[in-house]
Amino acid sequence: MSRQEIMQDARLQKRGMSKMSREYETVIGLEVHVELATKTKIFCGCSTAFGGAPNTHTCPVCTGMPGSLPVLNKQVVEYALAVGLATNCSINQYCKFDRKNYFYPDNPQNYQISQLYLPICHDGYVEIEVGGVKKNIGIHEIHMEEDAGKLIHDPWDDCSLVDFNRSGVPLIEIVSEPDMRSAEEVIAYLDKLRLIIQYLGASDCKLQEGSMRADVNLSVREVGAKEFGTRTEMKNLNSFKAIARAIEAERDRQIDLIEDGKKVIQETRRWDDAKEYSYAMRSKEDAQDYRYFPEPDLVPIVIGDEWIQKMKDIQPELRTEKQQRYKEEYGLPEYDIDIITASKHMADIFEQTIAICGNPKEVSNWLMGETMKLLKEQEMDADQISFSPANLASMIGLINKGELNRSVAKDVFKEIFIHDIDPVSYIEEHGLKNVSDEGAIKATIEEIVAKNPQSVADYKAGKKKAMGFLVGQTMRATKGKADPAMVNKILRELLEA
Amino acid sequence: MNIMSLTAVELGKRIKAGEITVVEAVKAAIDAIEKKEEKINSFVTVDREAALEQAKKVQKLIDDGQLSGPLAGVPVAIKDNMCTEGLLTTCSSKILGNYNPTYTATAVENLQRAGAIIIGKTNMDEFAMGSTTETSAYGVTRNPWDIGHVPGGSSGGSAAAVAAEECIYALGSDTGGSIRQPSSFCGVVGMKPTYGTVSRYGLIAYGSSLDQIGPIAKDVTDCATILETIASYDKKDSTSMKREVYDFTSALKNDVAGMKIGIPKDYFGDGLDEEVKKNVLDVAKVLEKKGAIVEEFTLSLVEYAIPAYYIIASAEASSNLARFDGVKYGYRTEEYRGLHNMYKKSRSEGFGAEVKRRIMLGSFVLSSGYYDAYYLKALRTKALIKAEFDKAFKKYDIILGPVAPTTAPKIGDSLADPIQMYLGDIYTVSVNLAGLPAISLPCGTDKNGLPIGVQMIGDCFEERKIIQAAYTYEQTRDYARCEIAKEGDE
Amino acid sequence: MANIISDETIEYVGILAKLELSEEEKEQAKQDMGKMLDYIDMLNELDTEGVEPMSHVFPVNNVFREDAVTNKDESELTLRNAPEKKDGAFQVPKTVE
Repeated sequence: MSRQEIMQDARLQKRGMSKMSREYETVIGLEVHVELATKTKIFCGCSTAFGGAPNTHTCPVCTGMPGSLPVLNKQVVEYALAVGLATNCSINQYCKFDRKNYFYPDNPQNYQISQLYLPICHDGYVEIEVGGVKKNIGIHEIHMEEDAGKLIHDPWDDCSLVDFNRSGVPLIEIVSEPDMRSAEEVIAYLDKLRLIIQYLGASDCKLQEGSMRADVNLSVREVGAKEFGTRTEMKNLNSFKAIARAIEAERDRQIDLIEDGKKVIQETRRWDDAKEYSYAMRSKEDAQDYRYFPEPDLVPIVIGDEWIQKMKDIQPELRTEKQQRYKEEYGLPEYDIDIITASKHMADIFEQTIAICGNPKEVSNWLMGETMKLLKEQEMDADQISFSPANLASMIGLINKGELNRSVAKDVFKEIFIHDIDPVSYIEEHGLKNVSDEGAIKATIEEIVAKNPQSVADYKAGKKKAMGFLVGQTMRATKGKADPAMVNKILRELLEA
Repeated sequence: MNIMSLTAVELGKRIKAGEITVVEAVKAAIDAIEKKEEKINSFVTVDREAALEQAKKVQKLIDDGQLSGPLAGVPVAIKDNMCTEGLLTTCSSKILGNYNPTYTATAVENLQRAGAIIIGKTNMDEFAMGSTTETSAYGVTRNPWDIGHVPGGSSGGSAAAVAAEECIYALGSDTGGSIRQPSSFCGVVGMKPTYGTVSRYGLIAYGSSLDQIGPIAKDVTDCATILETIASYDKKDSTSMKREVYDFTSALKNDVAGMKIGIPKDYFGDGLDEEVKKNVLDVAKVLEKKGAIVEEFTLSLVEYAIPAYYIIASAEASSNLARFDGVKYGYRTEEYRGLHNMYKKSRSEGFGAEVKRRIMLGSFVLSSGYYDAYYLKALRTKALIKAEFDKAFKKYDIILGPVAPTTAPKIGDSLADPIQMYLGDIYTVSVNLAGLPAISLPCGTDKNGLPIGVQMIGDCFEERKIIQAAYTYEQTRDYARCEIAKEGDE
Repeated sequence: MANIISDETIEYVGILAKLELSEEEKEQAKQDMGKMLDYIDMLNELDTEGVEPMSHVFPVNNVFREDAVTNKDESELTLRNAPEKKDGAFQVPKTVE
């Protein structure tokens, strides 16, 4: 039984009810915030570069100094347009910014410049596939806004410290329709969004790093009901697993409330993944009345048809197009293509490596095989691959030249993967070069043969397997560097002699 | 010769000619301030050492021929809501009582680049909210014409300092009349340019869609000259307008032949003081004699401008002033329990009563359920008011009227009834709502000797027309100096 | 029509604006707000049906800047006026998550 069914069952048993009881449908909408990959912040020329000591990427504008004024970064509009067009949205060709007023220390002006009344994109959709079934998830709107700074809790002085480096980093918020019905659909939607946005180059969309953040709006209702139930909002979901867990838990919590005859309260809840539970965040100090009004310091944005056409024209190859192209140009199997293109980063590495050494099948094998294996071992995402295509290409070159044999290559590749070493110098330094010097191999083989008279006798007696043993011993003696083909040839010559 | 009795342009000429040194000019200003400040209280901060230092530097640049503009070497006072790097900037509020900006407002930078010497920061109504400079946390500024009366507001310190001849000219800011009304009350010339003409970067915001920086000086020539220097297209201000023409001084012509002047009938109804009415209408007569065509018309919607203005200005202010929270700069309360308590106490202790009143009103009109009824309604009213002006300017070159319904009230008379005080803005606020340029200049005094001002309003981007009309009128009378000003004569 | 402002409203607005008023101030605020709203209600006389709310006075659009870094490390300036700071950051009372 699925987790849902188990919980349902337990609930029914608790109430001593028959199985002819109510079934619930989960209704989920998502608000996804994406940090855009611009060089500078949305309203000032401060760098968006990650890291940096606190407040070293700040200026009067992004720290709310008196008298400072915002000026809009054009690239932000272009990224927002690109994402909207790639998700089938209609563009509001006249759009504006509004102020969202609330007090919090990470918000230097105590208002956030966002878009409420006329967001840049609306009414789009994204196609997902779960369990072989395709479905469109509607996008209600996409709007631009500024990020807040970071609050760090200081246990020593029992206070909080504010760093405004992140304040003013440009975000787009993608608000979906409440079209999702399960955690699987939610994950599929997020995955699809992430792929599209990564492929556009608009953001690297890393949940763990915070460049993509998802808030889940969830309600439940009896199957067949026409009205939506009361929904809650959940925050602090930092991984796909956490999202899935939070969805299950919130669904159960709401169903329990309803079955107990209680009402679901509309509130914001914070998910604690370690403890696997959520708690209400609402505080009476915050009236949640944002008093939106048009931002007087910024002028409206008019997006003409030519601009939209230009954005459509420069749209980079998206994943589906890439999949098609790999099939036609490289003849790779679909399964391989799907994995390689599942991450734009990996697809980039694939293409850049081929550009140097050609050999798409070989490159694909290294990505599909060793790379995937190492990613799993190191608990990394494909997006985190950090080795350079040049080094992989170089290694493949060495293999083709016969200077590196395949089993040693696996170890070398691991070094490339972890430390991005240059394989040419690495195999020199560590003496891993294929030993193809006939003389040296012959000498080693003669030693082995001398040490193993029984095996030689066995072989001569017709036990071909003894050959394998002797080859194995030779490989061991040469630490695997001997060219296996040459070993076989020399050994056979020796034994037959 | 009393240096402080000169206009900026006159002083600039003499400095250029080597007749007066910059240091002499600055010293004269400092002396005047020292003598008169106790009576007037127009300054929050006076920076003697920095001013004298700067004077020496500027003198050298003038001698080297690197500074040759009309304002080079002339001392100026800056209203205390414009950021001046290294110089205390308080907005006459306790909440910024220790605030030292890390950058300088663009308009002020423009002056500095032209060789102006900043003498100090002038007193104002707290955060520019007020019409009398009585809401300042640093004491009332007194009208140099009669120190029992207010100088007007919110640029009262700037206007009083010019009238008292404590400085040669000053910068003020105008959101609902804050340059024009104190200029009128203090018998000097003040000008608000078309919205977007002078950069707002570094002007501590009150009503963002209404604020403009402008000059306050002894005559129209000075104002036009100053405006030419401070006006610029600023990339740091998204609402900055790139003007086609930044030449305002060639409009200083003594000629109004054929100029069509409209007089709004609805400006001259009840509530307007008889003496003010007479003096202002006399201006129209003078201009008519000089060849202008004067006609009465109905502007309409006049009384709706004030509620629309107060809704919009308070709403924007409630948001603009949210940043003053004791976190990043300014006043933080000494004892507090937790974050929200710190916010509330710092703000409640740091802001004065009028500011708090307007923040509350602003928050209310934007709050859930009221946004449509108040804020949007006000924005619709604003659109209608602008349309009325557009209609009027199809027929007239300038609109002429009073600046305020009365002359300067006594100190203490206005704050008791805020609504009454707001009504005093009736002739000035609609100009801000429509983004128009306007100038206020002296046209007489009442029976108590208090100055009366006349307002000339132009269509958007038509500063040159009102400058020309104002200049022409100005030539028909002498600039009147108050007794305190004359105290500087030896 | 007189606007009667309730205690609740004043308290609510106080939360929105982060202002704490004394009992006396609250009474005064109720009266002031009531008077101001009465005055503002005058706008209801004006027919604004079909009129677009005008935020910006001039029809200027599309003011942008290029995506190029122009600011250097200004942390010293940023923190210069901080009422309380620690380790290069602004210090505030603990925020409850």
